[in-house]
Amino acid sequence: MELFNIFIKAAFIENLVLAYFLGMCSYLAVSKTVTTAFGLGLAVIFVLGITMPINWLISELLLSENGIFGMDLTFLRFILFIAVIASMVQLVEMIVEKVSPALYTSLGIFLPLITVNCAILGGSLFMVAREYSFTESIAFGLGGGFGWFLAIIAIAAIREKIRYSNVPPALRGLGMAFILTGLMGIAFMSLMGIDPAALTAGK
Amino acid sequence: MAETTATPEVTVKEKEPLFGKAEKKLLLDPLGDTNPITIQVLGICSALAVTSLVYPSVVMAIAVVFVCGFSSLFTSLVRNKIPKQVRMIVQLVIIATLVTIVELTLKRFNYPIYKQLSVYIGLIITNCIVMGRLEAYAMANRPWRAFVDGLGNGVGYGVILIIVAVIREIFGKGTLFAGSPIQINIIGASNNEVGYLINTAAESGIGSLFAGYTNNNLMVLPAAAMFIIGVLIWIQRSYRPTLVDVS
Repeated sequence: MELFNIFIKAAFIENLVLAYFLGMCSYLAVSKTVTTAFGLGLAVIFVLGITMPINWLISELLLSENGIFGMDLTFLRFILFIAVIASMVQLVEMIVEKVSPALYTSLGIFLPLITVNCAILGGSLFMVAREYSFTESIAFGLGGGFGWFLAIIAIAAIREKIRYSNVPPALRGLGMAFILTGLMGIAFMSLMGIDPAALTAGK
Repeated sequence: MAETTATPEVTVKEKEPLFGKAEKKLLLDPLGDTNPITIQVLGICSALAVTSLVYPSVVMAIAVVFVCGFSSLFTSLVRNKIPKQVRMIVQLVIIATLVTIVELTLKRFNYPIYKQLSVYIGLIITNCIVMGRLEAYAMANRPWRAFVDGLGNGVGYGVILIIVAVIREIFGKGTLFAGSPIQINIIGASNNEVGYLINTAAESGIGSLFAGYTNNNLMVLPAAAMFIIGVLIWIQRSYRPTLVDVS
């Protein structure tokens, strides 16, 4: 139940995009149609879900004082984390190219850019800062990825519809996307006071 | 490495000045027409959350200028040695090293700000501007130009960051540079401990016009940063219709 709470918290209450503004670049750039947003969202869930436990193992087994080397190597954290993420993204890229060439071409440059998607590295850094356990880190990774997925689908759907609205020319596209994200952020804030642990305890 | 890249520079173009027109353009364009945030939409990720106060934003901006400039320089120096397939990893290692330097420096010299910025310092690694400039410019140009280009983009990013932070802090908190040695209190009700430039508790003068003024809590929320950048884009594109999206 504890794990489920972490999942819900990461996906809704502390949504990576709408509460922390992580992963904004690809979120804004790839959200023009729902189909591409869907593909990218799935890729992000996958990469987050995989990198989070791997990075947990690295930071506990290699970098901490109780680890294999027996000394504090936390200054290597950034380099190792980003190396894991980059190689995982490479893996996803190869899988997507094999399984769905159409999705591969439509994602284009943004697939390798998952590497520099702040949500992935940010998730790993949050995991370290919040001192999650191994299983909790998996739940956090999947929850965070699911939240990112929901957010990008939502904005893509809104942007598809808003094309038929009469937006001032200078605000079309990017400007409107920013303001919409702000509004969505405020909407998601209404979930902020909810404490999943208290809800389950009440039952 | 430096010798191999420096030689063609000397032999091919001897008379080029160190800081000519091309360099000036590289430095100044990112402030307006090719601004990383409002035009290229890069690097919004790590930044928005730190803009609620000016002081951390300035620190963040300096850090990004440093990382952006020097990663361009170093990448450009080794650009002919990097195999194409692993170039992203090489770039990331260069960036991550620089960010680690920034992080350790901050931790040593300004711990409160280090705590406040927390994970966002680490997230400079994934700041798309840095990576974007390396891919788009530093991999194909000589070190000095790449360095100037990196600096220009870092500054273009920092300027937007600070504009957003100034608006958010004045309206959200009534101060400027809160938490730094040069804190200025702009607007609010003065009491025995703090004085404000515009004192809303005053009986007469400018302050009395603002009687009953309260800080705008919307500005403290992260969402305010999105609204402000949206409006900045709106203003910029109204003046430059060529930049308008067609889609």
